[in-house]
Amino acid sequence: MTMSGITRQDLRRILEGPGSEADAAVWEAAGTLDTPFSDLGFDSLALLEMAVRIEQEYTVAVPEEAVENLATPRAVLDFVNRRLAEA
Amino acid sequence: MSPDALVVTGMSAIAPNGVGLEEYWAATLAGTSGIGALQRFDAGSYPVRLAGEADRFVASDHVPTRLITRTDRMTHLALAAAEWALADAGVDTQRLGEYDAAVVTANSSGGYEFGQREMQALWSQGPRSVGAYQSIAWFYAASTGQISIRHKFRGPCGVIASEQAGGIDAAAQAMRTVRAGTRLAVTGGTDASLSPWGFVSQLATGRLSERPDPRRAYVPFDTEACGYVPGEGGAMLVVESAAAASARGARRIYGQLRGSATTFDPRPGSGRPPALRRAIESALADAGVRASDIDVVFADGMGVPEYDAAEAAALTDVFGRHGVPVTVPKTMTGRLYAGGAALDVVTALLSVRDGVIPPSVSITRPVPDYGLDLVIGRPVRRTVRNALVVARGYGGFNAALVVGENT
Repeated sequence: MTMSGITRQDLRRILEGPGSEADAAVWEAAGTLDTPFSDLGFDSLALLEMAVRIEQEYTVAVPEEAVENLATPRAVLDFVNRRLAEA
Repeated sequence: MSPDALVVTGMSAIAPNGVGLEEYWAATLAGTSGIGALQRFDAGSYPVRLAGEADRFVASDHVPTRLITRTDRMTHLALAAAEWALADAGVDTQRLGEYDAAVVTANSSGGYEFGQREMQALWSQGPRSVGAYQSIAWFYAASTGQISIRHKFRGPCGVIASEQAGGIDAAAQAMRTVRAGTRLAVTGGTDASLSPWGFVSQLATGRLSERPDPRRAYVPFDTEACGYVPGEGGAMLVVESAAAASARGARRIYGQLRGSATTFDPRPGSGRPPALRRAIESALADAGVRASDIDVVFADGMGVPEYDAAEAAALTDVFGRHGVPVTVPKTMTGRLYAGGAALDVVTALLSVRDGVIPPSVSITRPVPDYGLDLVIGRPVRRTVRNALVVARGYGGFNAALVVGENT
């Protein structure tokens, strides 16, 4: 099965939740992908929830230990897309 | 003005009959009730089908999207109410030190609506579908925590869960906190458990009214009292010392929080009397006022005959028969649990500000033996120097608070 990769807007939807279209511009802004999650206002619970949602939607396991090392949106996108490419 | 006096410099209200302080107050003085058929879900198969819904509070108008999906409605109400109270107080939060401000709220039901959603996910899709935020969104301290995070208030924060008495108990804790040196405290309470699960849990107390007529369902101190109608909402207040308020040039002072007391009833069957009277007398003593100094009582008004009789006895023991005007504006909102007494404290301070006692509604046949001078149907113009707020929480909690004009 081919699975399309995860995009920054997918990640926005997963992290911001439904009704978050207003935040789309922030996610398009240069630099956002390399901004630490803590600076974007996401706490550890948000990242744990993100990991579970990614696992459900993309069938890519994101272990808790991995979450700790994925400090920015780009790190998450790279991690998931790499796993998808390997699958 | 005593510099040590504790003053309220900002307030907000979210109630079934009005969203925002002045809208709520205008509706309350007009006797406009917010009690009606429950709309949040289909309650057709429940014995209770009325509620006081704050349905004109739309969370997305006031709370960031990200927080809406991660917190319960009770916290949406609390976040908005806290923000409005701080804005009303004109507090520049940027100028407060990290530990200068505290948040002490009351909560009684926890995040039922949020929790129900997660439980449904658990049962229908399995444990991996339960969101991580359930771990904090249901929690009694969720609103205190979210307000603290949002405004970066890291002074001595806390939550008090004593059901409908909580709004007073939280205010009392805020008073202690400010007396102990914290610059400012945000206090109050909200509850919003009008989801099916929350509703069922409330039904278990046996104290909810099953009468279908919204104009007669919640009639405390009435010969036809048959329980109460539940509601959602609450209120927040900003508390400072008079000296601190003056130092920052606070633009208004609604009044003082003069004194309070909390008691707990003896266990059922002990033969000892309920402890409500002691709470009232102790609050008067703490405030340094006599019974004759009280111009109006905002009663708990459970609407359950046994409890109405007990409250009436406590009030007439302290004030004498027909000794003081008594009002129950919550007849227009239903009982808001942790939000109830907080809203009564706000209402009492508005009463002090404007020199008017808001009415109770729906009561048509007061029990004569109770000996209460109830304010019914229309507001009464009267200088209010001191007002007593009385509240009781399920399980034996009693609390009383004296508020008064700023002197």
